[in-house]
Amino acid sequence: MAQQFRLSRGGRIDRSRPIAFAFNGRTVQGFQGDTVASALLANGIHLAGRSFKYHRPRGILSHGPDEPSALLSVDRGPGRIDPNNRASVVEAYEGLKTRSQNHWPSLAFDVGAVNDLLSPVFVAGFYYKTFMWPRTFWDRVYEPVIRAAAGLGKAPEEPDPDRYANRHAHCDVLVVGAGPAGLAAALAAAKTGKRVILADEGAEPGGSLLHDLTSEIDGRPAAEWLRATLAELDGRENVILLPRTTAFGYCNHNHVALTERVTDHLPTGASQAPRERLWQVRAGEVVLAGGSHERPLVFADNDRPGILLAESVRVFVNRYGVLPGRRIVFATSGASAYTAALDAKAAGAEVTLVDLRLEPDCGSGPARLRAAGIPVLTGHTVVGSKGRKRVTGLLVAPIGSDGRCGGRRLLPCDCVGMSGGWTPAVHLFSQSRGKLVYDAERDAFVPGSSAQAERSAGAAKGTYDLAACLNEGDAAGAEAAGSLERRAFTATSTPTGFQPVRIMPTDANPAKVRAFVDFQNDVTAKDIKLAVREGFQSIEHVKRYTTTGMATDQGKTSNMNALGIVAGQLDKTLPGVGTTTFRPPYTPVTFGTLVGPARHALFDPIRTTPIHDWAESHGALFENVALWRRAWYFPKPGEDLHAAVARECKAVREGVGIFDASTLGKIEIVGPDAAEFMNRVYINPWAKLEPGRCRYGLMLKEDGYILDDGVVARVSPECFHVTTTTGGAARVLAHMEDYLQTEWPDLQVFLTSTTEQWAVIALQGPKARAVIEPLVDGIDLSPEAFPHMAMRSGTICGVPTRLFRVSFTGELGFEINVPSDNALAVWETVMEAGRPYGITPYGTETMHVLRAEKGYIIVGQETDGTVTPDDVGLASMIAKAKKDFVGKRSLARPDVVAAGRKQLVGLVTDDPKLVLDEGAQVVADPDQPIPMRMLGHVTSSYWSANCNRSIALALVANGRELVGRTLHVTTPDGFAAARVAEPVFFDPKGERINA
Amino acid sequence: MLEVRYRTARALPLGRPETTAPDRSGILIRPADAEARLTLRVRDPGRSAADLLLDRPINTVAGDEGRWIARLGPDEWLIGTAEYEADALAATIAADLAGKAHALVDISHRNVGIDLSGAHAAIALNAGCPLDLGEAGFPEGSATRTLLGKAEIVLIRRPGPSPRYRVECWRSFATYVHGFLQEAAFGVGHGE
Repeated sequence: MAQQFRLSRGGRIDRSRPIAFAFNGRTVQGFQGDTVASALLANGIHLAGRSFKYHRPRGILSHGPDEPSALLSVDRGPGRIDPNNRASVVEAYEGLKTRSQNHWPSLAFDVGAVNDLLSPVFVAGFYYKTFMWPRTFWDRVYEPVIRAAAGLGKAPEEPDPDRYANRHAHCDVLVVGAGPAGLAAALAAAKTGKRVILADEGAEPGGSLLHDLTSEIDGRPAAEWLRATLAELDGRENVILLPRTTAFGYCNHNHVALTERVTDHLPTGASQAPRERLWQVRAGEVVLAGGSHERPLVFADNDRPGILLAESVRVFVNRYGVLPGRRIVFATSGASAYTAALDAKAAGAEVTLVDLRLEPDCGSGPARLRAAGIPVLTGHTVVGSKGRKRVTGLLVAPIGSDGRCGGRRLLPCDCVGMSGGWTPAVHLFSQSRGKLVYDAERDAFVPGSSAQAERSAGAAKGTYDLAACLNEGDAAGAEAAGSLERRAFTATSTPTGFQPVRIMPTDANPAKVRAFVDFQNDVTAKDIKLAVREGFQSIEHVKRYTTTGMATDQGKTSNMNALGIVAGQLDKTLPGVGTTTFRPPYTPVTFGTLVGPARHALFDPIRTTPIHDWAESHGALFENVALWRRAWYFPKPGEDLHAAVARECKAVREGVGIFDASTLGKIEIVGPDAAEFMNRVYINPWAKLEPGRCRYGLMLKEDGYILDDGVVARVSPECFHVTTTTGGAARVLAHMEDYLQTEWPDLQVFLTSTTEQWAVIALQGPKARAVIEPLVDGIDLSPEAFPHMAMRSGTICGVPTRLFRVSFTGELGFEINVPSDNALAVWETVMEAGRPYGITPYGTETMHVLRAEKGYIIVGQETDGTVTPDDVGLASMIAKAKKDFVGKRSLARPDVVAAGRKQLVGLVTDDPKLVLDEGAQVVADPDQPIPMRMLGHVTSSYWSANCNRSIALALVANGRELVGRTLHVTTPDGFAAARVAEPVFFDPKGERINA
Repeated sequence: MLEVRYRTARALPLGRPETTAPDRSGILIRPADAEARLTLRVRDPGRSAADLLLDRPINTVAGDEGRWIARLGPDEWLIGTAEYEADALAATIAADLAGKAHALVDISHRNVGIDLSGAHAAIALNAGCPLDLGEAGFPEGSATRTLLGKAEIVLIRRPGPSPRYRVECWRSFATYVHGFLQEAAFGVGHGE
């Protein structure tokens, strides 16, 4: 019979909308408004999973996010299989597919349950103790085997097809939790007109009011008050109400991270919306009203399916109209379970209540229950349970005046509701760096002094009475909004108070009792005791050794019991032991939420030049340079990198090549003090550079090492066109601005990045002039009028240009700067004009080879942040007459002027076909004993088609003195002999460049 | 002939704007047409140059959609105008600021504009911009340099009661920024 445990009426489910979903392949009936947990219980299904370590049958413990046991794999379609979902928070809908985890071959018959028989072996720290030796087994045997056997659920293997959103939001008051305290806080804050965000992780806001059928607020039933309050908040423009939204991280400056589950409760494809949304809220003030967690009781076999938290029984009965059992025993040490027992009785269950407290300590509770026909056993402990896949009875015993247990008694039942008191949810307060204080009366850590603009209210602060929660919430909300107005709520008084108990007294040998503290990690009371006996005294160490309080539930139900046991063993107070810190997230957050839209094309900006599409359509392969994509080489059909680069290199030296240099960084430096500024940031002299001329500039960091280089043109007396390396553009501009703003604010000069204003088309080779001659207007291109290292303004193809005559190849060359949006048209026109000359597009690889043939350095390749101008043979660029420039003083440091520094040289291998590895080490004698003395390393190495042999640049100690000597370079197989040479391999006299 | 080609060949990275309908979130995202932009740097600007106000507060924009000037810092302005007016405007500004140390640099091709409008436009921008874009925090006529996801942008809220924004970014970031805004409009989640 379907839903045989569904009550005939009541609950907040929509009985007009039946649904069906799958659990382990079986169809389960429920109603709209059910969670998977409530629908399973409505059908009498308690067995929902196997435990992590011992594979013990486990049921549904809780109704909310603290559920440690009923973890399901949820299947929402291809790519949407998601493990470790708590059955108590997954909303059921038509067509949903769920599976239990951690068992084989089936949930009912699980081979892994043999671990349970071996439990004496699997004590705390079992893995640490067992899998120590031999060391070689760590990687190949222990870890793979343990990983395969352990772990919760299976990670999905397909890419996530869902989309995730990110939203920054600002408000005056953020209220976390929409129970009575949070609602009262939001009401009070909203009335001031300030911007309020109210977030609650439940499907419906309301917290405990959603299952409170008996309380009244201001003379109205709680549910009615809730309806009116939500309507009022919803109607306010200044309030954002977020259901299904968990606050999971409290960062600095009241920056709180929330995850909103937007579509998971809807059938797949029912909504055009992101699956989840990360809210990054910056709140002026925060009210924390996240409620509290109920503690389980720790007794032998307290983990059987059918044993729930007492308040959860009440929630399933009142909110979902489900009776978790027909014969329910409530076991408690506090008052709240009495309310649950009365509600269960009212719903038709046969109820018994067992209270650890002595009758005089139980207040009016026992009398009220007995009046309702519920037997109450006070002064009784629980010593065990019966059953296997479902609880069949609870073993209880009276406690005598001497503290000893009397005769056992079996209370037959099919459900147990246990309550060991309450723990305020203080994780967000703790993350805000507020100080927790221990409140002995409430047996809990509660928020103490604040570190940020926040305050707690209600059960999150250890306040459990309904009227007190409402008034505390109201005061917190008003205070957060800066209002002096307060209101006084009247509400039905709530039975509160409990007697703290860590482990239920028992007559059994405690060394044999399996009383679970942490259900999720299968940690028992004796495991914790063992850890303490073995010397783990810090709660942080006990946690890591036993794994209590870890994984998806983060010890929501177990932390206080574990802490209490440790304190008891050490004979310390609870604050003496302290509490673990609450690292975010306290409740699981999907990777999707954290990643947000930053996937695929939106993972990082991919910067492309105006020529990019042309290069792509002409077969270019690309390489990443910083965020830029640059054309690497242009293979023709059948060509590999080697063949393409050889062809491109030849073409430039023999005819003309065209290269996209648009990514070069460019900075326009303008102002009366521009030349003075240049003098200070570069090692070169700039004052006498004439307008229209260029100079290769080198700049250092303060430590005297090379930062960046590039050609600079003086456009006018007060304007320089600076170029930087592609990857260094942002760094150089920041370096310059830093000095300008902090050291030299007196200089009248302004910097503007023009990297993307100008696209750069480099035309290199003996035929370069002939190609552009017909296209250029207003510039005399003759060598006399336009020599090497000059810049002229004019037009090309009718487009305004800053035409540079410069060369990074050693050939006659021009760099055509044109406005970016016109670059493609100019490029195509130049290509057309170059066709008769065999114009050849080339990429960065050929650019690298050609410059290496000439010994031109690349910053970041020949330099590594420890290389001075002299090291790379550029000391002559330093302006001797300048009083100062950035890095000048460091060039006089003892280690910079000392002999023996590594210097840039060429290496010519004895075997001309051998291309050395970049990064290979250089030694004088390959037969010396290990460790060998390294003289330096290869910085650049290529096959040079123009030299018809390999070439290499290297940094070698005292390299310039070693020219002509043979050294040895490491290769994958051994060593290769190479002769030290000047670092120029082609046209050493540099005649071609002036053609 | 070549002159004609220059005038017609400006290839915008996001293409020419098309008339598009707002998406389901009611947000219209439209790449701007070719425009001229100038960056002006000057320390003691006086009241105005070329009739553009230079004494307005930092983080405000003055002018209209045809010609606007956003003050981004104590000595920094971003100016937008129609392409054909760029040279004349630059010459007038330079003349008006003659004698004052200043930099006026043409960045028309560096910058790419994307216009954004619709009731939920600010929510879409907040997908990547951490600033408070509420009425009090970022009222009409506001302008600032900020972030959109992993890209630097200038964000301008046009004068007028209805929410209309201009996002300015560098050319090579335009594809990312445009894609980011489209994804952000989806993330606003109309039809949840």
